[in-house]
Amino acid sequence: MNFLPHTETELREMLSTLGLSQLEALFADIPEHVRFPDLTLPSPLSQMELEAHLRKVAGRNANASSHECFLGAGAYHHYVPATVDYVIRRGEFFTAYTPYQPEASQGMLQAMFEYESMICQLTGMGVTNASHYDGATALAEAVRMALDLASGNRQKIVLSPAINPHYRETVRTYLHGSEVSLVGENTVPDELDSLLSQLDDQVAALVIQNPNFLGQFENITGIAEKVHQAGALLIVVADPIALGLFQSPGSYGADVVIADGQPLGIPLSFGGPYLGIFATRTTYVRHMPGRVVGETVDQSGRRGYVLTLAAREQHIRRARATSNICTNSGLMALAAATYLATLGESGLRKVAALCFHKSHYAAQQLAEKTGLEVNAHAPSKPFFKEFYVQLPRPVDEVNRILREEYGVIGGFDLGACYPGFERQMLIAVTEMNTKAAIDRLVDALVTVTR
Amino acid sequence: MPEIDYRNSEKTVYELSAVGRGTNLMPECDVPKTALPGALLRKDTETIGLPGLSELDVVRHFIHLAQRNFSVDGGFYPLGSCTMKYNPKISEACARSEGFAQSHPLQPDETVQGNLKLMHDLQEWLKEIGGFAAVSLQPTAGAQGELTALLMMRAFFRNCGETGRTQILIPDSAHGTNPASTTMAGFETLEIPSDEHGNLDLAALNAACDDTVAGLMLTNPNTLGLFERDIETIVRCVHDCGGLVYGDGANMNALAGVVRPGDLGIDVMHYNLHKTFGTPHGGGGPGSGPLGAGEKLAAYLPGPLVRRIDNVEKPDPGYMLFIPEKTIGRMNSHFGSFGVFVRAYAYILQHGAEGLKQNALHAVLNANYLREKLRGVYPLSHDRTCMHEFVLQGKIEGSSVRAVDISKRLLDYGFHPPTIYFPLIVPEALMIEPTETESKQTLDAFAEAMKAIAQEAVDRPETLHTAPHTTPVGRLDEVRAARQLKLREDDRKVKDNLNKA
Repeated sequence: MNFLPHTETELREMLSTLGLSQLEALFADIPEHVRFPDLTLPSPLSQMELEAHLRKVAGRNANASSHECFLGAGAYHHYVPATVDYVIRRGEFFTAYTPYQPEASQGMLQAMFEYESMICQLTGMGVTNASHYDGATALAEAVRMALDLASGNRQKIVLSPAINPHYRETVRTYLHGSEVSLVGENTVPDELDSLLSQLDDQVAALVIQNPNFLGQFENITGIAEKVHQAGALLIVVADPIALGLFQSPGSYGADVVIADGQPLGIPLSFGGPYLGIFATRTTYVRHMPGRVVGETVDQSGRRGYVLTLAAREQHIRRARATSNICTNSGLMALAAATYLATLGESGLRKVAALCFHKSHYAAQQLAEKTGLEVNAHAPSKPFFKEFYVQLPRPVDEVNRILREEYGVIGGFDLGACYPGFERQMLIAVTEMNTKAAIDRLVDALVTVTR
Repeated sequence: MPEIDYRNSEKTVYELSAVGRGTNLMPECDVPKTALPGALLRKDTETIGLPGLSELDVVRHFIHLAQRNFSVDGGFYPLGSCTMKYNPKISEACARSEGFAQSHPLQPDETVQGNLKLMHDLQEWLKEIGGFAAVSLQPTAGAQGELTALLMMRAFFRNCGETGRTQILIPDSAHGTNPASTTMAGFETLEIPSDEHGNLDLAALNAACDDTVAGLMLTNPNTLGLFERDIETIVRCVHDCGGLVYGDGANMNALAGVVRPGDLGIDVMHYNLHKTFGTPHGGGGPGSGPLGAGEKLAAYLPGPLVRRIDNVEKPDPGYMLFIPEKTIGRMNSHFGSFGVFVRAYAYILQHGAEGLKQNALHAVLNANYLREKLRGVYPLSHDRTCMHEFVLQGKIEGSSVRAVDISKRLLDYGFHPPTIYFPLIVPEALMIEPTETESKQTLDAFAEAMKAIAQEAVDRPETLHTAPHTTPVGRLDEVRAARQLKLREDDRKVKDNLNKA
């Protein structure tokens, strides 16, 4: 099965236009001894067979529809309004390329402009780019921007250990082989003071996540002042849903705000494609990586939108570009724009509030009914939609029982990433988890941990 | 000549907004409420600054925007190097299966055997198609694949104790991502010129190859749409000086089933699933840029990868994640663009080996046919058989029009323009990639439009200089956009719209 349109007659006509009798003759430039290999691939399937086959493959996955999901740790099961998929499935968006020809791409360009506007509002920042691949790569690029702004005079980055471990690993890979040192990761996740003590005149940026990977809000009072006094940038990794209710990083002095936009209308989809949100101060716009859309006018003065500040980018500046990024996550940014436009001010506040209340109810019920300790390392710190409980048994063991006997996808095993957090399960509760489902989880854990 | 259209611009979400309007999608809170930590909240007086719209406002707005966007589904899109072929609709139905779309990336292996099987099989098929020892699906786009490969090369030479290899050789016809990725990976770029046939200049390559060279980045077919005829000599030359050869797989759609880059000696290469394997480009992504590596570099790939375990006691094999032995580490949060993998998997499984080969054959046929049709109308960059794309010069004898004018005028004829002013080595370049899914009728109609435009260029060049005339907006002032930066809706307008009664 394929999608080739030529009839036999057309094929003959086209070949004869070229003075050829067979297609293979077009490939004379390719070394003959390796030309036209016999590939061992499965026999082709018809569309019906393909659909049935893939349904079967997909059926071998437990998922947030077949199970009750309490797993988060950076990817979250949130409600996706029907408008979102309706919009992003439109072929006009879905099957377009990057908007290089603005006159023929006003739809995507305006949508990106609106995305940039709404993300600026949400993060409290002056400028937002048109997306990165995901939160981790957006952070890696933010760190590179901070190093670039220091013109090579600062070669240290302070990373809070309470940043998503996968983000930290991505930053490390991006800086592989450079002179830059990453410090701070060995401090205790709940002590920002020890992190701040790493600040010196070699530090280009200090990065925190708020709420952090353990779900808790950091005590950010005065942190921006301290970072700025040291001449460094403050980079904050945020949860875009939390920003519906809680202070924006811009309001407490962040220089760059990074987030994974997955919670904004993008399905879990086994980890991707997601959306890397990157917002910063307007001052840094010419150092910013990634595409950015700006407003302008046409010859007759009509409003229009274009990709702008291209002089920063790889296709113009090549080896001296601010980043190599080309294809980004455009469609996912469109999903986020549709999500935010659909929910609006009150809708986003409500989602955030539901996450807050439901996770607190779950934590309180668990503490009360199981007697298990909640957020043992920092019990008084406020949290948003995730918290952790100390289990008497290994987390993977408990998760297996939850799954097999209760139809629950349990939480994340913090012990896998944090020494001293063995048997701590990080539980995420969102608007998708009803009271009844939370009660069932609590009952299940009462039994499993007895 | 088509009428000029003066439709008004579409209002922004903020201009459409009204205070107090909105949707009400979320359920009521069904648990006892907990007091919110007041000190951490946005102040009561502070609005977030999101628009207030009804669901119909939202739908109508984005439909209006969709109507102002050109797409493959809507028309011929011969954007060179971007492979704007048909995106099969069956893939969409498949990718939206709950088992794929609703599975969480941190679930234990045993609960996502379907996903792991799909990733494993896709890895194996890409290995087979490219002739590599191992494939990592993790890179999220071609450019990230490049960066990943360069970081792997860096780690490889560090392990070999050859830290003096600091240079990456890059042809002057290369995509801008190549030198940009090189800088990001901490290497220096040395540009190698092309020869008069549009191939890499062998003498210049020879002269550049020494023990400071870490490798060569080579796009083949190159961005002129030409196969590097001396590919085996090129690879030998780089290998002989101890360097590695990176293949930029942006143009792999011309080679799938035709030749395996691994068989040509390429050490590492990215695939663009969103080009070669027909997954939609999404108006600028998501893409997916899996990396294939030969024996030398396979152990350095970013993980996790998927391994199959055959168990004699069970009818079905099992699948598990593993990290390559000398991995450079993770390149993003999870496994890469999984949703894109599902579509590429569906694409390969629908085509099979012969189908993929036929795609390449027909892509090359279409490009050569169109090139022949336009011979004598516009100057060709190089007069030889091309692969899946070719480059013309947007110059007309006795006319002042430029490539940009021709490209904008094409919009009035209902076609998306080719890539323009790239590759940089061809003045007034028009880079045309028709792809295999376009019919002879479409190619003929495009050729006719190009001929008509060439005539207009002589008869009434002003029509071209001021084109396009039929799009929602005319030619846009890009200088103004960059000088008078407006990258978001004015804060005041946001607040005014939100506060208006």
